[in-house]
Amino acid sequence: GDGDLPSATTPPDSDPTGRRRVHSMLKLYYGLNEEGTAAEQAESLDPCDINGPHFDPEVYLNKLRKDCSLCELMDHESCMVKQIRSLDSDMQTLVYENYNKFISATDTIRKMKNDFKKMEDEMDCLSANMAAITEFSARISGTLQDQHAQITKLSGVHTLLRKLQFLFELPARLNKCLELQAYAQAVSAHRRARCVLQQYSHMPSFRGIQDDCHVIMEQLAQQLRQKFRDGGSSAKDLSECVELLLQLDEPAEELCDKFLSHAQSRLEADLQGLEAELKDSAFTDTGGGSVQKTSPGSNPISPSSSSVINPFLSPTAGTDILEFIDRGCNEFVSSLCLVIASYQELFINRPQEGELASKNIPEMANGKLHVFVDTLAARYFSLVERRIQEEKGVGDNSLLVRALDRFHRRLQAITKLLPGSAVPSHGTEIVVRAARERIKQYLSALQTFYHDSLTDVRQALAAPRLAVGGASASGGGVTSKDATPSLPELLTSLSNFILNQLKSVLASVHLFTAKDITFSNKPYFKGEFCSQGVREGLVVSFIKFICQSSRQYCESAGDRGGSTPPALLLLLSRLCLDYETSTISYILTLTDEQFLVQHHTPVTPVTALCAEAREAAQKLLNHYVKVQGLIISQMLRKSVETRDWVNTIEPRNVRAVMKRVVEDTTSIDVQVGLLYEEGVRKAHSSDSSKRTFSVYSSSRQQIRYAPSYTPSAPMDTNLLSNIHKLFSERIDIFSPVEFNKVSVLTGIIKISLKTFLECVRIRTFGRYGLQQIQVDCHYLQMYLWRFVSDENLVHFLLDEIVGSAAHRCLDPSPMEQSVIEVICERG
Amino acid sequence: MEDDAPVIYGLEFQARALTAQTAETDAIRFVVGTQSLKFDNQIHIIDFDDENNMINKSVLLHDAGEIWHISGSPADKAVLTTCYSKTSESRVLTCAAVWRMPPEWESGSHESPDDSSNNPQTLELLCHLDNTTHGSVACVLWEPMGDGKRVISLAENHVLLWDLQESSTKATISSSATLEGKGQLKFTAGKWSPHHNSTQLATANDTAIRGWDLRSMSQIYCIESAHGQLVRDLDFNPNKQYYLASCGDDCKVKFWDVRHINEPVKCLEEHSHWVWSVRYNHSHDQLLLTGSSDSRVILSNMVSISSEPFGHLVDDDELSDNEESQQEDKGKEPLRDSIIATYEEHEDSVYAVEWSAADPWLFASLSYDGRLVINRVPRALKYRILL
Repeated sequence: GDGDLPSATTPPDSDPTGRRRVHSMLKLYYGLNEEGTAAEQAESLDPCDINGPHFDPEVYLNKLRKDCSLCELMDHESCMVKQIRSLDSDMQTLVYENYNKFISATDTIRKMKNDFKKMEDEMDCLSANMAAITEFSARISGTLQDQHAQITKLSGVHTLLRKLQFLFELPARLNKCLELQAYAQAVSAHRRARCVLQQYSHMPSFRGIQDDCHVIMEQLAQQLRQKFRDGGSSAKDLSECVELLLQLDEPAEELCDKFLSHAQSRLEADLQGLEAELKDSAFTDTGGGSVQKTSPGSNPISPSSSSVINPFLSPTAGTDILEFIDRGCNEFVSSLCLVIASYQELFINRPQEGELASKNIPEMANGKLHVFVDTLAARYFSLVERRIQEEKGVGDNSLLVRALDRFHRRLQAITKLLPGSAVPSHGTEIVVRAARERIKQYLSALQTFYHDSLTDVRQALAAPRLAVGGASASGGGVTSKDATPSLPELLTSLSNFILNQLKSVLASVHLFTAKDITFSNKPYFKGEFCSQGVREGLVVSFIKFICQSSRQYCESAGDRGGSTPPALLLLLSRLCLDYETSTISYILTLTDEQFLVQHHTPVTPVTALCAEAREAAQKLLNHYVKVQGLIISQMLRKSVETRDWVNTIEPRNVRAVMKRVVEDTTSIDVQVGLLYEEGVRKAHSSDSSKRTFSVYSSSRQQIRYAPSYTPSAPMDTNLLSNIHKLFSERIDIFSPVEFNKVSVLTGIIKISLKTFLECVRIRTFGRYGLQQIQVDCHYLQMYLWRFVSDENLVHFLLDEIVGSAAHRCLDPSPMEQSVIEVICERG
Repeated sequence: MEDDAPVIYGLEFQARALTAQTAETDAIRFVVGTQSLKFDNQIHIIDFDDENNMINKSVLLHDAGEIWHISGSPADKAVLTTCYSKTSESRVLTCAAVWRMPPEWESGSHESPDDSSNNPQTLELLCHLDNTTHGSVACVLWEPMGDGKRVISLAENHVLLWDLQESSTKATISSSATLEGKGQLKFTAGKWSPHHNSTQLATANDTAIRGWDLRSMSQIYCIESAHGQLVRDLDFNPNKQYYLASCGDDCKVKFWDVRHINEPVKCLEEHSHWVWSVRYNHSHDQLLLTGSSDSRVILSNMVSISSEPFGHLVDDDELSDNEESQQEDKGKEPLRDSIIATYEEHEDSVYAVEWSAADPWLFASLSYDGRLVINRVPRALKYRILL
């Protein structure tokens, strides 16, 4: 049975498991527990395991003997022997190795034992030495104690003495500083000593020093003040000066006041210079240079002031507003800015230290500065405003705008320097006021221009009217208008003049809103100036003015008997009508485009203006009709009133006044035709004059007169005329006319003939008187029908005239129609 | 309430002269004088029966000539003056005379109205206002509210003050004044002021209005160029002594305060032709009547320059509490100067308008074609003025 256990009998060195087993066994021996203890315990319980701890040789042998054959036993035995041998050799190797290590360790320990002993001896020696040193040191300190205390005391005395020396020397030192003008040193020295002196002032010696110092410092302060007052030193010096004075407990308020009053005198000199420029006449007499000369050129605050103020150089004669403003800016404003800057440097922006901080100087100083600036600026502004008010000429606006721009621009510096100041906004207000004033001036200039233009037109009209009269008197009937400008030309030129003038004014006013002008982006100039100022105040007002003045022509002339030439009325009427149709909207569009008017406030609409213009045109034309009608009426009235109609001779020709009436009507027709369109008239036959006249005079007239010879029926004439009136429309004599020639002429002829009628009715006629009226009316009939819109109107009125004359006739025997025609055609 | 329709009366002849019978305060009566060169002229006495809206007429013959102006005595309703033209030796002259209406005219007309035209009675001539030395007479004016013994005639450029004596059968010139100046000056119209004890007269010549003091017969004021053209008529405000209305060929009616003559107080321009006649209502001087040759009669309400600018003030005592007075104010508010009505019944020029002497709400207008129209103030306005 040996063959059953080949694995268990495997020699330990031949396979790793065997080696391992050896290793673990060694570990076991040395009490080291390893990882696989449980497994070993499991197999170790087996008494047949030769490597287990519970190996029982008896059991093992019995088992071998039972299980194995002899051969196997033999083999097993030899294997066992081999294993035992190898184990023995292993054991020997191990023992040998470990033994060497034990030997060397033992050696080392022995050596260490010897070294430590030596070291212990040395340590003992050291501690002994240290004890000796400590003892010595203590002894030395003990001996030096007294001397040290003495030295400390001496050193204290020394310091005190030095301080005392400083104090004693202080007056001399201060004096020296004063001599050398080393004010800063003096002040700092004094400052150091001041408290001590104050503290020990009860001791006479110190008191003496203190008094001396006081005197010297007073002197020093005096000098500083003097220096400050002179203001001759540089800004840095001045600043130092102020600082020193402040440190010397000089009241800051007083300093501010002094500084400002000093600056004020200089600025006032500037202002007086400006004022002197304003009143040129008084300037040379007063020669007010004394004040100005107080500021020498060395003054850093107003470096330019000296050069300008020369009372004998009269600047007023030719200075324009730009120069004036320039001067104001360069002198006053820049000086003011410098004053503000240096003042702020001195009093407001300085770092505050020590007790000075508590006094709150900047606030006080700032308040003072504002009052100061406001007062002076107010004076400056009043001067500038006075100068602006003197700017009456409206020729060149650019100068004023540039001047205002500069004025405004320079005030911005004050904004930067003095953020809370009201001065720049006041300046803007001045600019706004100036702009407003300017618009007013332009409006009145436009109005004057308009009046002047009208005077020119009036003069021009006076000449051609003679020419027209002469031409028509010579029998031409048509005007010769070569030499003098005709009505349309006058109208065009007047219209163009006005428009160009308005445009140039708009261009001038436009300068106020130019981009490079600083104030043009102020809200006023963006909004109100454009809409309320330019559009309403200038353009609309001007248009209204034109209408207004046109209406005045109608009213004033009505009572005074036509002081305005009728042609002017006609021309103005056309002008207003043109305005209504196109010009107004053109002008307003132009304005709106140029000024980009944003209408925040309600503005006059174009339609309202147009309505006004149309109303004015209508009024003027009505008035023209009235005036012309009255001129002809007067002729007719005079001719009827002055003649003795009872005792007149048999008519041989048409009276001259009738020819005159026709001539005048013709020239009025020409005149109106120059400006107004023809208009519509009712259709009439090619030879109206003949046809209608024959009806009117022969047939109707006969019927009309026939009954009146029979006394039995006096009603018939009235009846006939009343029947006639029933079928004709009522005629309004002074009624509004339309904007065309025919309507105008109809109006004039209506007025004239109605006057004729009324005049005839209050006269009494003889036989020839009536016949003369017949002839005259026939002549009028021949010529007047062509002018009116409805010829029946002329017929009717002439009919009435002849009828009334017949009624008013003592011996009504009418003239033969043929005779009348002959007389009329003879002319 | 509908206003009554106008009443129209047609004369056979053309006519310019119209007057209210000034002395008659009960009957509404107008007197019209005709203008005819060929026939005998007549004086039509037109009685208006307000209740029946009817007209009764009487015709008297005036054979002296065509009548240009007529005026009734303020004291005797039977006495009147006319200015008439007389042609002699190819010369036309306007004369003036005082007439008495025959005593039977009133009864006669009522008994047989149809006969009156066939067999008219004739006016009885009292006296001539002899003017041979002074030229044509434009008008004759009775002393307002006088005793019918004093008249003024305006002849060419003369103002003649007459005393009528012996029951108006004898007229003597008591004083006179002559307007001197360049050119041929001629009075066109005049009015005897009812104020200042009837010592003032206003006349019109050409475009000027002149005031005269009758005691000294001297000019007291002169409104040169009162109108643009001829001044046609004048009338004094019956209640405001310095106020005067005038009208003329410039189609305007102007109101003047004679103390400030540079500018008229007010100016109306409503007519479209010459205004020939202007009359203040005798009782309510805000009511103004104008007649024009545009054939229109216009009744205006000139509250602002009347003596009753705030309406009738009598009622104010009765108003005790505020409500009523507020109502009153509201009612008065629309009383602004305004045109009340334009009357278009005429078809020819209207040369004369007159208020009735008896009924302050009634007036007559006369156009050249002989049409007389009687109209009333609209009732609404009448009640507004009265209440």
